[in-house]
Amino acid sequence: MHPVRKKRLLVITAIVLILGAAVTLVMYALQQNINLFYSPSQIAMGEAPRHVNIRAGGLVVDGSVKRNPETLAVVFEATDYQHTVTIEYRGILPDLFREGQGIVAQGQLNDGGVFIATEVLAKHDEKYMPPEVSEAVKNAQSSMGESKASSQSTY
Amino acid sequence: MFPEIGQFSLILSLFFALSLASVPLIGYWRGNRLLLEAARPLTFIMSALVLVSFITLSWSFLSDDFSVLYVAQNSNSQLPVWYKFSALWGGHEGSLLLWVLILSGWCSVVAFKIKTLPEDVGPVVLSVLGMVSLGFLSFLLFTSSPFARLLPDTPVDGGDLNPLLQDFGLIVHPPVLYMGYVGFSVAFGFAVAALITGNLNASWARWARPWTAASWAFLTLGITLGSWWAYYELGWGGWWFWDPVENASFMPWLAGTALLHSLAVTEKRGVFKSWTILLAIFTFSLSLLGAFLVRSGVLTSVHSFAADPTRGIFILVLLLVLVGGSLLLYAVRAVEVRSSVSFGASGREAWLLLNNILLTVLTLTVLLGTLYPLIFDALNLGKISVGAPYFNSVFTPIALLLMVFMAVGPLSKWHHTKFSVFAKVCSTSAFIAILSAGLVVYYYGFGFIAWLSLAVAFWVVFLSCADWFGKVSAGTKGIIPRARQLPRNYYGMLFAHLGMVVSLVGIVLVSVNSHESMLRLSPGDNATVAGYDFMFDSMEQVDGPNYVSNKGQFTAYKSGEAVAVLYPEKRFFTTRQQVMTEAALDAGFTRDLYVSLGERLDGSAWGVRIYVKSFVRWIWLGGLLMMAGGLLAALDKRYRKRAGG
Repeated sequence: MHPVRKKRLLVITAIVLILGAAVTLVMYALQQNINLFYSPSQIAMGEAPRHVNIRAGGLVVDGSVKRNPETLAVVFEATDYQHTVTIEYRGILPDLFREGQGIVAQGQLNDGGVFIATEVLAKHDEKYMPPEVSEAVKNAQSSMGESKASSQSTY
Repeated sequence: MFPEIGQFSLILSLFFALSLASVPLIGYWRGNRLLLEAARPLTFIMSALVLVSFITLSWSFLSDDFSVLYVAQNSNSQLPVWYKFSALWGGHEGSLLLWVLILSGWCSVVAFKIKTLPEDVGPVVLSVLGMVSLGFLSFLLFTSSPFARLLPDTPVDGGDLNPLLQDFGLIVHPPVLYMGYVGFSVAFGFAVAALITGNLNASWARWARPWTAASWAFLTLGITLGSWWAYYELGWGGWWFWDPVENASFMPWLAGTALLHSLAVTEKRGVFKSWTILLAIFTFSLSLLGAFLVRSGVLTSVHSFAADPTRGIFILVLLLVLVGGSLLLYAVRAVEVRSSVSFGASGREAWLLLNNILLTVLTLTVLLGTLYPLIFDALNLGKISVGAPYFNSVFTPIALLLMVFMAVGPLSKWHHTKFSVFAKVCSTSAFIAILSAGLVVYYYGFGFIAWLSLAVAFWVVFLSCADWFGKVSAGTKGIIPRARQLPRNYYGMLFAHLGMVVSLVGIVLVSVNSHESMLRLSPGDNATVAGYDFMFDSMEQVDGPNYVSNKGQFTAYKSGEAVAVLYPEKRFFTTRQQVMTEAALDAGFTRDLYVSLGERLDGSAWGVRIYVKSFVRWIWLGGLLMMAGGLLAALDKRYRKRAGG
C-alpha cells in the first residue's frame, strides 16, 4: 500500500476504534443512569416503575413532615394538588426544604408505593420552583379543570 | 444621572463595535490602509466606553442607588461594601456587563500587541473581535440592560444579594472564569482572520498560541476556584457535581486543552492546520453554548439566572450567526489551508493527534450528557436527569487512557521516534509505577480503580522527571545552567502535566478514602469519624451585619489530643428570610475536617454532617499548577519577538 494511504488508514482506524469504544461506553452509561421524573399523579396511577431509580417531586404538604425523634429519618408528603406521594428520607434536608416548598427527590418506589429517597433537592432561591414540579402541578391542574370546571384555584 | 451616562456610553460603544466589525474589513478588501489602521483606535474607544459604563454601574451599587432596578434587586444598604461591589455580577445583567468588559479588555490587549502581526492580519483579527463584541453588546442592550430605572417608585432599600453569593468566592470566581471563557474569543478571532486572509502558516500558530495558553490558564483557575467555592459554600462537601453549568465551563476547557496541543503541532510542523482552525471555532462555540445554557434557563442547575425565553432565543441566534458563519467560512476556505507535510506514525504528531481525538471524545461525551435531558424533553419522551454516575463511568476510563499517553507523548520526537527509545524507559517506569501503586493500594485497602489511577499518576511523574533529567544532564554544562536554558514552554508543559497528576491523586483519594457521616447530635454529644473524635461543645446565637446565626462549636480530637476547633454556622438572612449553611473546615495537606449543620431537630438536637476528606486540597493544588503551566507557556520568550515579515 502507498505509505500515505497506509498512514491515513491507521489514523482512521484509530479514530473509529476509539469512537466505537466511547459510543458503547456512553450508551451503556446512559441506560444505567437516566432518571425519569414522575409526578405524584403519575405515581398514584401506577405509571412509575418500582425498584428503579427515578425522581419524584411536588410541593411539600403543610403539616406532613414527621421526624423520627431518635434518628435523622424523616417522612413527608409531596403533592401536585391532585395526588400526593409519601417520601421517606434518612439524612439532612437542604436549607430550603420547608412546607409548601417545591422539591425534587431521587430514589426508588417500594412495594407499598412509598418513595424511598436517597437525595432531596430544593433550590437555593425561595421564589424558585423546580420546572418539573411546576409542570406537574400545571398538568394536574388542567386535568382537574376538565373534570371540575367550576373549581376556582388560585394556584 | 450616572445610570444614564452608563446606558448612553454603552449605546455609543455599540456603534463603535459596529464600526470595528465593518470598517477594517472593508479596508482589507479595498486594500485601503487608512481604514485598516482605524481598527486600533476604534477598539480602544469601544473598550473605554464599556469601562465607563461599568464604572457608573459600580458607582450605583456602592452608593446604594436603589432607583436602579438591578441594584434594587441585587443589593442592600446593610451589605458589606466589598459585596456591594461584587453584587454587580451577582445577577444576569451585571454579569453580562462584566463579560462585555472583559471581552473589550481582551480586545484592547490584542490591539496593543497587534504590531507583531503582519499589517493586514491584525486589523482583521480586531474586526472579528468587534463582531463578537457587537453580538454581546446588543444582547446586553436589547434584552438585559442593567441601567433600567425604578422611577418614581424608588424602594427604600434593596432586595439584597442572594446569601449564597455573599462570599469571597463570588468576588473572584466569575471574573477569572470569564477571563478564560472570553479569552477563547481571541483564538476564535485569529482562526477566522486566518480563514478570511488565507494567511495560515507556522507564524499564525505562533501568534495564536500565547493567547490560547493565557485564556486556558484563566479558565483553569476559574474552574478550580468554582470547585473550591462549591466545596466550602454549598455545605455538603462536594467538589464537582457534573451540574450543567459546571459542564458548560468544562467543555471549553477540554476543547481548549486540545487546541493548545494541536496549535503546538501546527506551529512546529505545519500540520493539522485546518483541524486547529476548526478546534478554535469549536472552543469558542462551546463558550457561547455555556453562556446560552446558563442564561436561558433551559437546564436546571444550581447556577441558573432567572429564566427569560427572549434571552435564550437571542443567544441562540447569536450562536447560530457566529458559529454558523464561521463554519460556512471554514467550509469555503479551509481547502486552501490544507497542509501537505506528512508525519510518522510514531512521531510526536501522532501522539498529539491521539491526544486530540481523546479530548474531543471527552468533550462530546460531556456535551451529550449535558444536552441529553433537553433532547429527551424535546422528543416528548419525558423529563429526565443524567446523573453524576453517567459522567463518572464514561469520563474515568477515557481520561485515564489520555493520561497514559500524556506520559509517553513528551518523550517522543517530532516526525519519527525509534521504538527502542520508548521501550526501555517506559517498561522500567511502568513496572515501578504499577508496583508502588500496588503497595499503596494494598496497604490502605483501596480498590482496583484506585490502583490503576495511582499507577498512571506515578508513571507520569516518573517519566516527566526522567525526561527533564535527561534534558538537563545532557551536554557538558552543569545541571542548573541547562535547566535554566530550557524554554518556558517546556516548563509550562511539565507544570500542567504534573498538575493534572496532582489533581488525579486528589480525586482518587478523596473518592476512595473519605469518610462521611450524617448524625443527630446535641451539645455535649460526641461522634467518631475516621479516627477523629468530634465533640459538640456548644451552640450559641450570634448577630452578623445582615443575618443572625446559630453558631456551633466542635472540637476534633485525634488520639486524645485536640487538633482543631470548628465553628459551623446556620445563618438566617433577615432581608431575604433565607437560611444558609456555613460549613466549618480544618484544611490540611493530607486531609480536611469538615463539619456543617443541618436543620435543628427537636429540643437541642441538630442534624450534623461530619466529613473527613483525604487529599481533597490536592484537587485544587493541581489546578493551580496547571494554571501556572499555562501562564509559563503564554510567557515563553519566543512569542514576544516580532514576527519577521
